[in-house]
Amino acid sequence: MLRFFLSTIYIFSFALLGLAQHDHNHDHGDGHDHGDHSHAADGGHGHGATICGEQAHHEFNAGDNAIHHISDANVYSIGPLQIPLPVILYAPDKGWDFFMASKFHVELVGHGDGHVAYNGYVLDGGSVKRVTGAGFPEGEVNISGIVHKEIEVDGKKRDAAFVCYNNNLYPTDAKSTADGGLFGGGITSFYDFSITKNVTSMAIVLSFLSWLFLSVARAAKRNEGKAPTGLQNFMEPFVGFIQDEVAIPFLGEKSDKFLPFLLAIFFFILGLNLFGQIPFFGGSNVTGNLAVTAVLAIITFIITNINGNRDYWGHLFTAPGTPWFVKIILIPVELLGLFIKPVTLMLRLFANITAGHMVILIFVSFIFIFGKSGESIPGAMGGVVGAGLLTLFMMAIELVVAFVQAFVFTILTASYIGAATEEHHHDDAHAH
Amino acid sequence: MFFLADFNVIKPDFGLLFWTSIFFVLFWVLIGKFAFKPIAESLKKRTADIQDALDEAKKAKEEMQALNSKNEDLIKEAQEQRALIIKEAKAAKESMINDAKAKAKEEANRIVSSAKAEIEAQKKAALVEVKNEVGQMALTIAEKVIRKELQGNPDQASFVDKLVGEIKLN
Repeated sequence: MLRFFLSTIYIFSFALLGLAQHDHNHDHGDGHDHGDHSHAADGGHGHGATICGEQAHHEFNAGDNAIHHISDANVYSIGPLQIPLPVILYAPDKGWDFFMASKFHVELVGHGDGHVAYNGYVLDGGSVKRVTGAGFPEGEVNISGIVHKEIEVDGKKRDAAFVCYNNNLYPTDAKSTADGGLFGGGITSFYDFSITKNVTSMAIVLSFLSWLFLSVARAAKRNEGKAPTGLQNFMEPFVGFIQDEVAIPFLGEKSDKFLPFLLAIFFFILGLNLFGQIPFFGGSNVTGNLAVTAVLAIITFIITNINGNRDYWGHLFTAPGTPWFVKIILIPVELLGLFIKPVTLMLRLFANITAGHMVILIFVSFIFIFGKSGESIPGAMGGVVGAGLLTLFMMAIELVVAFVQAFVFTILTASYIGAATEEHHHDDAHAH
Repeated sequence: MFFLADFNVIKPDFGLLFWTSIFFVLFWVLIGKFAFKPIAESLKKRTADIQDALDEAKKAKEEMQALNSKNEDLIKEAQEQRALIIKEAKAAKESMINDAKAKAKEEANRIVSSAKAEIEAQKKAALVEVKNEVGQMALTIAEKVIRKELQGNPDQASFVDKLVGEIKLN
């Protein structure tokens, strides 16, 4: 019931915000436009403001809107409120910058665009970008907007953001990413180590989980030899479940050593999955960010391989019991498998959570599509009903996905560690 | 192509990699040590405790059964012993009564025979006394007769004296 109520409020607020933002754009149509077409609430309908001589397109794009909302940001959004977060930037050519995102004069109600450039950095749709064009001044500078254009880099079309200042367009750099150009990122002119929305969410969730488990541990100590009650009674089955269904079947007598790691993985993922589903409260897509799942997968990879015993490495490099030509084929396959396992862990969690968030956001976008971004209120109301039902359905599924993905990640981690630490008996070594 | 350009959740950024590593490792190390380990241990201990309690209950039940059968044996034995004791007591009673009867008879016989002896002695004494009395009386009578006869007859007196002297008292 509560969920239905919250979802309804959530959806209605989107509709209202869309209408409000539409008016807002009209009021500030004097060259102070954000010029950013990737925002759900940019209520434009093709009226085409002229910024720095460029034609800005104002068309609602559900895909862009969804991506904006699942992205990490340097502001924390509670409902439509944008709370500035600490920004920590490092550029190899000019060193460290520490300041609050409020320096960008970010809108309190809006989508995280900064009206001010600070030390050559701007805030575009909630994330920091560095102005790279020569002649852009340091310190606090009022900018007239940020324009997104498609440019061609190495024969590929890419979306690029330009800062409008003094009727000139300055190109910007996005922050450095660790994908090595595989997904369109790579090393740029600066690194962003900010306490972002995802980092803040992580801090909130981990503080809550720490409090929860420390109090359960205290209760366990206090109630030793007595029947558990309250919080302890509620949380212990989860711990017992991981212990009995995941750790002991895969790890046997070594389960005690790895149980804290498995529990940490499980509750870290579960807590963040569930936290991301709270409407209004940021809706952080933490476990749907490849950086987060990559860290978990890398730690799993390290734990698995530093605990691998002689049998594990022996099987990997010698494939005992097979003819020599099979060995030649098997060794590269086994070596690949070593890395494919954590990569699948990383991608599975990332894809599931991101997909869930995107589907819900696309459903919510129906309100704007049917309402023609605020022009047609009956259309928007129809969209509210349709999107409300679909979102409710999707949220119920996502609730299951949150548990299932946390469980799947944990059980696969346990099975990889189990395979690496398993003791083989000599007689059945040839059976493999 | 907008997807690859804007889909930034797939581009792992260094800040998030850094903070996630720090946060996760801290959570794992601290909460693992101070919460997960004690909780898991307490769960394990409770499982063992419950198993122990069940085992103990089973053992107690078995002991109870053993005790019950032992008690039954004891009761049986006691009953047997009681019967034996009663039997012995009965035998003792019989023998005591018989002994007493025999003793009583003997005593009675003894009393009767001693009474008989007494009676005999008394009878004898009485006879002696009667004899003496009769002797006295006879003497007295004889004396008187003789005195009357012999008054004036001195010969008679000496004869009587001689006769009296010859009478033997037995």
